[in-house]
Amino acid sequence: MEKMLNKVFVATITELPENLGRTVYVGEGKLELAIFKLSNGKIRVIENRCPHKGGVLAEGMVSGEHVFCPMHDWKINMSDGNVQAPDIGCVKTFQTEVQNNQVYVLLPEN
Amino acid sequence: MKKQKLVLIGNGMAGVRAVEEVLKLDSEGFDVTVFGSEPYPNYNRIQLSKVLQGDTEIADITLNTWEWYEENGILLYPGETVTSIDTVNQTIVTDKERQVSYDKLILATGSVPFMLPLPGADKEGVTAFRNIEDCERMIEASLSYKKAIVIGGGLLGLEAARGLLNLGMEVDVVHNSNTLMDRQLDNTAGKMLQKELEKQGMNFLLEKQSAEIVGESRVEGLRFEDGEVVKTDLVVMAVGIRSNMKLAEESGIPVNRGILVNDHLETEVPNVFAVGECAEHKEMVYGLVAPLYQQGKEMAKRICGETGNGYQGSVLSTQLKVSGVDVFSAGQIIEEEETKSVTLFDDWRGVYKKVLVNDGKITGAVLFGDTKEGTRLLNLINKRAPIEEYMDNKGAEEAGADLIASMPDTEMICGCNGVTKGAIVEAINAQGLTTVDQVKGCTNASRSCGGCKPLVSDLLAHTAGDAFEQNQKESICACTSYSKEEVMEEIKAKGLTYTKEVMNVLGWSSDEGCSKCRPALNYYLGMLNPAEYHDEKESRYVNERLHANIQKNGTYSVVPRMYGGVTNADDLRKIADVADKYKVPLIKVTGGQRIDLFGVKKEDLPNVWSDLDMPSGSAYAKGLRTVKTCVGADYCRFGTKDSMGLGIKLEKKFEGLNTPHKVKMSVSACPRNCAEGSIKDVGITGLDGEFEIYVGGNGGTHLRKANLLAKVKTEEEVLETTAGFLQYYRETADYLDRTSAWVEKMGLDHIKSVLANKKTFIELNHRMDEALSVVQDGWKQALEDKTLLRDLYQNLKVPAGSN
Repeated sequence: MEKMLNKVFVATITELPENLGRTVYVGEGKLELAIFKLSNGKIRVIENRCPHKGGVLAEGMVSGEHVFCPMHDWKINMSDGNVQAPDIGCVKTFQTEVQNNQVYVLLPEN
Repeated sequence: MKKQKLVLIGNGMAGVRAVEEVLKLDSEGFDVTVFGSEPYPNYNRIQLSKVLQGDTEIADITLNTWEWYEENGILLYPGETVTSIDTVNQTIVTDKERQVSYDKLILATGSVPFMLPLPGADKEGVTAFRNIEDCERMIEASLSYKKAIVIGGGLLGLEAARGLLNLGMEVDVVHNSNTLMDRQLDNTAGKMLQKELEKQGMNFLLEKQSAEIVGESRVEGLRFEDGEVVKTDLVVMAVGIRSNMKLAEESGIPVNRGILVNDHLETEVPNVFAVGECAEHKEMVYGLVAPLYQQGKEMAKRICGETGNGYQGSVLSTQLKVSGVDVFSAGQIIEEEETKSVTLFDDWRGVYKKVLVNDGKITGAVLFGDTKEGTRLLNLINKRAPIEEYMDNKGAEEAGADLIASMPDTEMICGCNGVTKGAIVEAINAQGLTTVDQVKGCTNASRSCGGCKPLVSDLLAHTAGDAFEQNQKESICACTSYSKEEVMEEIKAKGLTYTKEVMNVLGWSSDEGCSKCRPALNYYLGMLNPAEYHDEKESRYVNERLHANIQKNGTYSVVPRMYGGVTNADDLRKIADVADKYKVPLIKVTGGQRIDLFGVKKEDLPNVWSDLDMPSGSAYAKGLRTVKTCVGADYCRFGTKDSMGLGIKLEKKFEGLNTPHKVKMSVSACPRNCAEGSIKDVGITGLDGEFEIYVGGNGGTHLRKANLLAKVKTEEEVLETTAGFLQYYRETADYLDRTSAWVEKMGLDHIKSVLANKKTFIELNHRMDEALSVVQDGWKQALEDKTLLRDLYQNLKVPAGSN
């Protein structure tokens, strides 16, 4: 089945700090995302909750494609959402588009 | 039923014993063929030194006679060497062009002596000490020459030297360390041994590196790296052995330091086994007879199709076979920091006994002069018995088995991460782990509070044996092999200025490091260059980055500073107002004598600070937290000093300082110590006429009572001594080591002597002043910086709809 995607503006790229996360609330607080600008300029958006104990990933330390959860140091790949060994799990990742410095997140239609 | 063809390559102790074990289990099932390069039946190589020493004939050390082979229907080809193995068609070929097929093949090729690659090592009169041929060469040399040098002050070297003495030669033993048998003996026993052997006529050249064997066609002397030349007619190299795995390697059987085998001594090739000195089991290659026999037993079970637990590795033990000298050692030899020992030293009778104890369990022993207890101790070590069992001579041998060994597999080792003993042991065995860090990486054990580290370490020692002991250099993290000291040296030498530069220049395995090394590097760089360094927010843990403590629900807690735990109505009113205004759900008094506001939303933090208009309490910092005080001389009938006043001075001086880990202080005004200085990083006790400064206390996971660092007369001296102490801690401690761990590592006496040097003391104080001069209040700094406020504290809210 094909899913419709909603394109939502989240930030201006120049206003995002490098290697620091940012929390984004979409709608009425139903969805909480963590948005990152990596050191290579790429944007990554993931669900802002660690699958372990719900740590806010936006506050984690960023290293390359990975973010370390601030709660118990789980290491999560921001591209595919996979938790790195020895821990296991996965967070949702979201596609983004950048047009004229504007960052959009592609969200599935509810 | 048709008999299986069992072929043994290597007619030595390990291989033949394994065949004996097979025959014991199944005397009818196999046709056994044995190939041995030496033209003898199986002899006891361990006793070789006795042949040399003249106590024994070759016949006396023969273990299996020619008749034994015959009686058991074993076809022996002595003096015949197997040159290749075809593991696909299951056949072998010898140097006599004999081809034999097998159903099961045992490799027991033993080891070859390691010959130092010295220039001149090929000269006549240079020999190893490994087999009967070597012995004969030495005996022959003794007939026409006088002077011998043995290179290697280990077990083998000393036995060779003793033999050469018996043959009437003058013997020098050259050793690169300053202690004989330093892999098996501690310093004390090593020195006693040296004295005893010197009495017997041996001469020692210790801490000498051999450089060249000089002479025409025959050896005439040995030159050392320091240029000295010692004359000799014979050089015996006894520096060690290596697995003889050439045949296996050439036949495509996987090897590392030895031929790789599993718990059942199976190589990675079907129907091919390896046993003894040529085999590598869990990264260990054993060169002593007991492990080899245990291996043979387990292998036989597998060959005969019986089930067994498999070989589990061995505790090493050694006994020196030199007449008139009794030396025994087993397990751990050298004390580590936590090791306790039971020692008996009787210089008069020349008896020395040391039993090493870790966490109450016997982990090693060294005996000199009287080795009767050797076997018993080895048993106790093997089952990691509590020391009481040894001390109580009549005690039941089986009572109270070792804690680690007796723990059920389901027992929790790491409570934080829910890791059981079984999970750790499995990971150690399955993945060949040898360090606590690797166990942490693979299982999570000890990743959180670290309280279980000693247990994990014990478990490793227990499971992985000596491979664990050999692997203790600590790198900063898994991204690099550099230690903290090395990194700091490189930062200074190369003038490195930011974390990414350090990681690039020093070849980190990941471009941007990890959550362990980044904060550490950020700290080291800032500590080494306080004036210039630009602190990296993105390399700080969340609490330090946001200047607040994150809670499990993603809210934060706020602790304003209350110097010395002293407050006033205005401050309390402000706190109450803020609590109302921001609907703070929990207000709690902390253990450090201040007030904590819980449940503050991140986006409210700047406003809360602004409304409080108080300095940050740094409750989140790897730095000075609080200075707890008692009420002191103003009110207390016992108080001798103004503890609150001094506490406030200390807190004002050191607030905002970055340190390797948090620092808690206290000031009490009398020995009743109401401010609990014995569990603080720095605890001051005021007495009548002086102050006592205690350091390295800790009331947390690793409870530790503080040590008295100094007694001083004035408050000024308290401040200076504290500054000197803290600065030395800042400069030398590993990041995330509390002062308690650091004091243990450095030793209190060392710290005292550093601070006692007037010049050093002044310099430390200077550098502390420099560090303090750039300190800023975290809250104020954030409030004044618009970009920081946006980057760190603002969230984004976007509508869900499409645009």
